[in-house]
Amino acid sequence: MADVFDRVKNIIVERLDVDESKVTEAASFKDDLEADSLDVVELVMELEDEFDMEISDEEAEKINTVGDAVNYINSTQ
Amino acid sequence: MLNGKAALVTGASRGIGKAIALELAKQGANVVVNYAGSKDKAEAVVDEIKQLGQEAVAVQANVSSADEVKALIKETIDQFGSVDILVNNAGITRDNLLMRMKEEEFDDVIETNLKGVYNCIKGVTRQMMKQRAGKIINVASIVGVTGNPGQTNYVAAKAGVIGMTKSVAKELATRHINVNAVAPGFIATDMTDELSDEAKQQMYDLIPLGRLGDPEDVAKVVRFLASSDADYLTGQTLHVDGGMVM
Ligand SMILES: NC(=O)c1ccc[n+]([C@@H]2O[C@H](COP(=O)([O-])OP(=O)(O)OC[C@H]3O[C@@H](n4cnc5c(N)ncnc54)[C@H](OP(=O)(O)O)[C@@H]3O)[C@@H](O)[C@H]2O)c1
Repeated sequence: MADVFDRVKNIIVERLDVDESKVTEAASFKDDLEADSLDVVELVMELEDEFDMEISDEEAEKINTVGDAVNYINSTQ
Repeated sequence: MLNGKAALVTGASRGIGKAIALELAKQGANVVVNYAGSKDKAEAVVDEIKQLGQEAVAVQANVSSADEVKALIKETIDQFGSVDILVNNAGITRDNLLMRMKEEEFDDVIETNLKGVYNCIKGVTRQMMKQRAGKIINVASIVGVTGNPGQTNYVAAKAGVIGMTKSVAKELATRHINVNAVAPGFIATDMTDELSDEAKQQMYDLIPLGRLGDPEDVAKVVRFLASSDADYLTGQTLHVDGGMVM
């Protein structure tokens, strides 16, 4: 199975319709990937489905960059 | 018109909610008939819908409880695979003059009529966002627009619902979720049966169309809002009141 970063990246590329090369660990969803706040909510929903987990609203609010999402998922696996 | 759509109607055991559940079913929707305590009445509505050839199930849940609403929505999705239409109809009155109104009377009405709507909308949003489609219809009241003595709690809740309708409509518009409200006037149900004859006569005198509304009058407008005919409407509150408030 692809590692967490790749799986997260695939979802982002598909959902936000951005170029793969832009999706780095440091990339901010809102500033670099042109996501609005509703897009981020949806991304978190998809991550929950992909990784079969629940991300609480408090945790979700801390996810601003691709790296934040990957680290959070890694910390729970 | 609504063939195969999955509809959840809160407070559908009696009155306006019952009429809405039946009207949606007549148009081909499958319906979850939510109720608080009237199990037998809810089961009777389910039977009527089944006779129309649609699927239906009665599910008990108090809309003011976030946990019970979560279970209600899960049940809806388990039964029908989606939630295409949510009608927030459940509501109560605890009328009293402001000077006499107990905190409990205020809280009960806000919890059911306002927080209940928030709970249910929040609960279906995930599914509707995924579907990139959904119709949410809130049953407010004309007094939420005009105010009404003796109903401070109820009016606050209903005006709140009208405001919530607008906010959520704006938040979810890009996901093709339409959020509208109906504001019924004076409709003949158990709720209005409780009013004194004097209060009824007063109301009656204010209705240009010269009659009380039937639950079906409201149900037909809800059916329109639930259909693709209303795809270009969102954030609106339609007055279904015989012309009382223009
Ligand atoms: N009648 C009018 O003139 C009028 C005018 C304007 C607006 N409205 C609004 O229209 C809606 C329906 O009114 P109605 O006249 O049909 O009322 P109704 O005949 O008293 O019926 C109320 C319905 O809501 C359900 N309910 C009450 N509390 C609930 C809770 N906590 N959780 C889940 N369900 C609950 C009841 O279930 P149970 O049977 O199990 O108790 C019942 O099905 C309400 O929102 C009301 O404010 C009515």
